[in-house]
Amino acid sequence: MNFWFFLLLSILKVALVLVVFLTSVAYTVLLERKLVGRIQNRWGPSRVGPFGLLQPLVDGAKLFLKEDMIPAGVYKPLYLLAPLIALGCSLLSIAVVPFGEPITWRGVKLFEIADLNIGLLIILGVTSISVYGIALAGWSSNNKYSLLGALRSSAQMVSYELALGLSLVGVVLRTGSLSLTDIVKVQSVHGIASWNIFGGGQILAFFIYLTAAYAETNRAPFDLPEAETELTGGYHTEYSSMKFAMFFMAEYGNMITVGCVATLLFLGGWTSPFGDLIPPPQNFFIHALMPILWFVAKVFSFLFLYIWVRGTVPRFRYDQLMGYGWKYLVPAAMLNIVGTSLIMAVFP
Amino acid sequence: MHLVLFLIFAAFCLAGAINLLLQSHPINSALSLIVVMSSLAVLYLLLGAEFLAAAQIIVYAGAVMVLFTFVVMLLNVGEEEKTHGSRVAKVIGFPAVAVILGVVATIVLETQKHLAGVSLSDGVTTTQDLSRVLFHELLLPFELTSVLILIAILGAVALARKEGHS
Repeated sequence: MNFWFFLLLSILKVALVLVVFLTSVAYTVLLERKLVGRIQNRWGPSRVGPFGLLQPLVDGAKLFLKEDMIPAGVYKPLYLLAPLIALGCSLLSIAVVPFGEPITWRGVKLFEIADLNIGLLIILGVTSISVYGIALAGWSSNNKYSLLGALRSSAQMVSYELALGLSLVGVVLRTGSLSLTDIVKVQSVHGIASWNIFGGGQILAFFIYLTAAYAETNRAPFDLPEAETELTGGYHTEYSSMKFAMFFMAEYGNMITVGCVATLLFLGGWTSPFGDLIPPPQNFFIHALMPILWFVAKVFSFLFLYIWVRGTVPRFRYDQLMGYGWKYLVPAAMLNIVGTSLIMAVFP
Repeated sequence: MHLVLFLIFAAFCLAGAINLLLQSHPINSALSLIVVMSSLAVLYLLLGAEFLAAAQIIVYAGAVMVLFTFVVMLLNVGEEEKTHGSRVAKVIGFPAVAVILGVVATIVLETQKHLAGVSLSDGVTTTQDLSRVLFHELLLPFELTSVLILIAILGAVALARKEGHS
């Protein structure tokens, strides 16, 4: 395979995924505002374009045109670096996510930027690095609210990362591989019955993953790092204009990535929920594009759940949050590992 | 290709290490250490040790260094003052470092003849290969290490527990 051809195709893939990803970030914000509006018995954005569909564009333009304030007391190098780290980490992990069947064209995988043996570990590694964006933003802002938000956030992310990582071990045990493509392939046989969440018996792991993921992305009910009522804005209090927008995009990007990972690990990835019941379509293009449709539908349902939880569950108190993570989620995740290993040892 | 990547990230690694010593603010030093550890992970990856690279990022660059920065932030440590350093350090320290470096370099160069070398290549030691060695040939040391870590955890909990607070 020609190296330059490979490079060109990779750049094309990266550009395409980036455009789609950032657009979906913008529309996830709109989805959230619409849904939370419905939950709270109001309309949500409805004036710009049909059903408010152009609202993200206008929001983006507004943030772009706002004055970019840099307060006098900040530590400038880190103050400028922090939003870059946050957004960079948020965009990085999408690179190992397979969106569709592993169809290769001239030796290049079409529906995945990079197919790695250790895809799952890469995602965990990027998650563990992304703490720095928030921690440095809070510290360098030289503001008590920012610092408190950043301290809360780093403590919370480090604690819940443990439960998050442990909850995935059961899935890895069942698959015997850390490659995301292999993990999906194991679940593809009987449709919904062989998904890890049902047939794999990983429903406890799914619940732990879900809870830990809410905490990792600093979302309600674990949004203490930016609890408006106590911290005005948390770690991004001192940020304005596009720098604030970068944190905002990072948060919603993380939501989408978490949705993709949940889909791949527990909900059967790009495979159809009907499995073999429906014969695979003969047309090559439908055969290639149907899996992407399923993938998007699953990620969308996950995001819907995310927003629904935000609209219904009140915020935890900080000691409750820590106690819940360490005293319940981590032991539960360990139990899940022991249980899964026992079952696999008895029924190989 | 491998060589180019190796040179880039080795340069990053060295620059980070030197910057770590030169910076006067603790948080800058901590961040330089993160750069060093991340570029080390890339070097592992170039040698085909993919699991080790991921573990390096997750454990060192992720968990350990977060604790470092967390402590720096929590104590709000300021810039450290520049001193001229002690005479003893200059008289004994530099020759001692040179001697240690010399000894290590000699040993590495000597044993290189007997040991199988690792080269920059496309070959990959998979996680399965690694775990086979870890859980078959090195099982006893592995279990002993885990007991050691458990003792350390219990010790930390015992130390952190306040007196008279059950």
